[in-house]
Amino acid sequence: MKRTHVYEATHLAAGYENQMIIEDVSLTIPSHQISIIIGANGCGKSTLLKTMARLIKPLAGQITLNGTPIQKIPPKPFAKILGLLPQSPIVPEGITVVDLIGRGRFPHHTFWKGWTTEDDEAVAEAMEIMGVTEFAHRSIDELSGGQRQRVWIAMALAQQTDILFLDEPTTYLDITYQIEILDRLTDLNKKYGTTIVMVLHDINLSARYADHLFALHKGKLVAEGAPSEVITSSLIQQIFDLQCIVVEDPIAKSPAIVPIGKYHQVDSAR
Amino acid sequence: MYLFFGVFALLLVLFGLSIVTSIFLGARTMEWTDVWNSLWHADSTSLEASIVQHRVTRTLFSLMCGAALGISGAFMQSVTRNPIADPSILGVNTGAALFVVAGIAFFHIQSAEQFIWLAIAGAILSALFVFGIGSMGSGGATPLKLVLAGAATSAILSSLVVAIMIPRTNVMDQFRFWQVGSVGVGSWESIRLFLPFLIVGILIAFLVAPALNALALGDDVATSLGVRVGTVRFVAALGGVLLCGVTTALAGPIGFIGLLAPHLIRLLLGSDLRYVIPLSALSGAIILTLSDVIGRIIGSPSELEVGIVTAFVGAPILILITMKVKMRDG
Amino acid sequence: MNKTMNFIVDLRMRHRKQFLSMTFILSLIVCMLSVAMLMIGNTIYPVSDVVRVLMGEDIKGATFAIETIRLPRLFAGLFAGFAFGAGGYVFQTMLRNPLANPNVIGITAGSSAAAVFCIIVWQASNTVVSIASIVGGLATVLLIFGLAKGASFSIGRLILIGIGIQAMLSAVISYLMLIGNTHDIPTAMRWISGSLNGAKMSNLSPLLFTVILFVPIMMYFGKGLKILELGEQAALSLGVHTNRTRLVLIVSAVMMIAVATATTGPIAFVAFLSGPIANRFVGTSYSNIIPSGLVGAILVLGADLIGQYAFAVRYPVGVITGIVGAPYLIYLLIRINRKGKL
Repeated sequence: MKRTHVYEATHLAAGYENQMIIEDVSLTIPSHQISIIIGANGCGKSTLLKTMARLIKPLAGQITLNGTPIQKIPPKPFAKILGLLPQSPIVPEGITVVDLIGRGRFPHHTFWKGWTTEDDEAVAEAMEIMGVTEFAHRSIDELSGGQRQRVWIAMALAQQTDILFLDEPTTYLDITYQIEILDRLTDLNKKYGTTIVMVLHDINLSARYADHLFALHKGKLVAEGAPSEVITSSLIQQIFDLQCIVVEDPIAKSPAIVPIGKYHQVDSAR
Repeated sequence: MYLFFGVFALLLVLFGLSIVTSIFLGARTMEWTDVWNSLWHADSTSLEASIVQHRVTRTLFSLMCGAALGISGAFMQSVTRNPIADPSILGVNTGAALFVVAGIAFFHIQSAEQFIWLAIAGAILSALFVFGIGSMGSGGATPLKLVLAGAATSAILSSLVVAIMIPRTNVMDQFRFWQVGSVGVGSWESIRLFLPFLIVGILIAFLVAPALNALALGDDVATSLGVRVGTVRFVAALGGVLLCGVTTALAGPIGFIGLLAPHLIRLLLGSDLRYVIPLSALSGAIILTLSDVIGRIIGSPSELEVGIVTAFVGAPILILITMKVKMRDG
Repeated sequence: MNKTMNFIVDLRMRHRKQFLSMTFILSLIVCMLSVAMLMIGNTIYPVSDVVRVLMGEDIKGATFAIETIRLPRLFAGLFAGFAFGAGGYVFQTMLRNPLANPNVIGITAGSSAAAVFCIIVWQASNTVVSIASIVGGLATVLLIFGLAKGASFSIGRLILIGIGIQAMLSAVISYLMLIGNTHDIPTAMRWISGSLNGAKMSNLSPLLFTVILFVPIMMYFGKGLKILELGEQAALSLGVHTNRTRLVLIVSAVMMIAVATATTGPIAFVAFLSGPIANRFVGTSYSNIIPSGLVGAILVLGADLIGQYAFAVRYPVGVITGIVGAPYLIYLLIRINRKGKL
């Protein structure tokens, strides 16, 4: 079982020189749960995630891990607690699956301590969870988009962190693979209690898979909580500028939105 | 239109200025009377007179070289739709060099007339090669691909040049002075050889400029505007390679004029090739001649070869252009 | 789970075995070439003579030839080749592009220009020349990266800017060469394409010192280098000090390349070829600093032997590596263009 951490941000602001992207965001990441950040394009979802993962320096405010400001924690110990899978990592030419996943073990290594059985076990476990064992020896270039994404997540899993951040892990994937990846991440959360925070585009999938939602609008946190509390037609109106009705997902019993458009009004549907 | 005439007038003034400075300035500064005497009294045999006569041919030669390089650069940039196409960057100069060296070494060629044809052949072959490699794959010849193909080709060719030269000290001696581009070698003989090519180049420029304008909009649009894309591109490319091949054969490799001149004009007047090509010729002539004057003053009592001066002026401009070009990789 | 374990342990052992055995073979080739370098010359001495001379015995003729001429030549080629190979590999891996190597982006030209300037204008001593070429190399790197950062950063732009700077620097070199009185052909050639001629034991100490000092530093940061390959964000979240790693690696690579350039001149294409060749042979699982260095040494020593003795005329090593290396560059360009990665 993964350890419990208190990971929180207070009055966080981030962005570039004269363009604020995140303003005054305070939040606590619920331990052992799946949290999903939703919001329109350009609202600062990815920036928030990257700032929380220490990839971007905040302009104001503080992020603390169990009370310690995260800038005070050296990179390697931090990387043993929190891992992030970037949206578009770079694939070195000709690298094999097993090799790539093995690189996730970097924070566990020191100069004098080489590769150990522990490392092999971590890699094997990550491969099993993401179901990539069968192409372990193949080169990444030969894999399909869905397979590739699973390999990248496996790399982040091999890092064996308590908290895992994922920046749009399902973008550009067919719906089949989206479901597969989200299911496997749920497995991970249920089996090990890994805290997962991710950015997703699809609201209905977010509502289905999240324990906790953070709704972002123009860099500000406008709502958070369980999907059934957060997803309302007025919130969707606010953050996406879209009229919709909220229904119950017949399978997952989570809230699901059905958009209203110029030619598809509530009356004409009758 | 006013702008065009304004720029044209400005260039004419600079043109005159470059001629005057080129004749008067140098290791020894001339007096008006000396110049006057030696120009109108052809029988004069004083030292001043011979210097002035030499400078006149040199100036004329450098104006022609500059004009040829300017037109050639404008052609190549529009044919490849690539802002940094220049004979020196595309390895055309080294191609010409290799053929000339091989000619001297293996066929004992001595005359400038034969140099020209060899240099043209070398220039054409290496241009074809570089374009071929540079335009493979998606997106055609992007600046980066073309430059890298040019650099790689230059590297091979110059290794070959060195390999041919090392055992032959005599070739090395002839080549060493040719390798650094200089207009000091200009003579009435070379001007006579040069003139027909320059005239052909200018004629081609007037003929294809409107079609090249259409080509700038893309092959599909040009075709639907009734332009024979293949023919136009071939003629313009041939003209460009011909002009820089001849210049290289006679003056040695001179870089960056073909890059600078058209960019300068485009910056001032926009991209209509009907103006850009003739004014590139004019500004190429000015830049080269003034660079030569600068080289003569800095290098006095000897001289700094103009190829070195143009590299110094041109490379920063190349970098500036590079910083403006949009790149597609992350 | 056990099956997976066995599978991946097996795969990893295979990678490791490939790495170790190929590195061993490369070292063996380096040794063989070294012996050949000592044996072959105007007179060919048998191995036994070479060994006896190295053990300190005095053999008439052989001792002079081997100790004063061939040994310095060997050391210059060995260490310069290693420096070019390892330095080139670091650049290519860090910038994730085989074309982004010290030759193409003008670092060697920066070192050469500074060295030539010191030699021709100041008639400076070897130490000064070494320091100047380091400063020249570092300044060129700073300039290129600075200019590329000013615009929105891209590796393509970095390469283009490097080529521009290189054009200027080669103009400087040509100019210095023209004004220099000393430009007899061998000296001139050395600064155009690199040569091992005239290597003296007394001039080699900066090179040996730099390689011995910086290779361990590079290896220490080599693990981080392999993670940097995955991109800035992935590296940061895996706990790599990205800025520190990059800085140390660039400085070490430039130091090695600059000092090697000051000693032998810019031997064409060695820094460019070594990394890709090493990757091909030993695989890409580990950081290939040592294998790339070995390949660099093999290329320089091999090309020097060919240049010196395979033809009727003696060619400097750089001409041979240039003729061999450029076609590979073109092949690489064609492949990259086909894939549409540029």
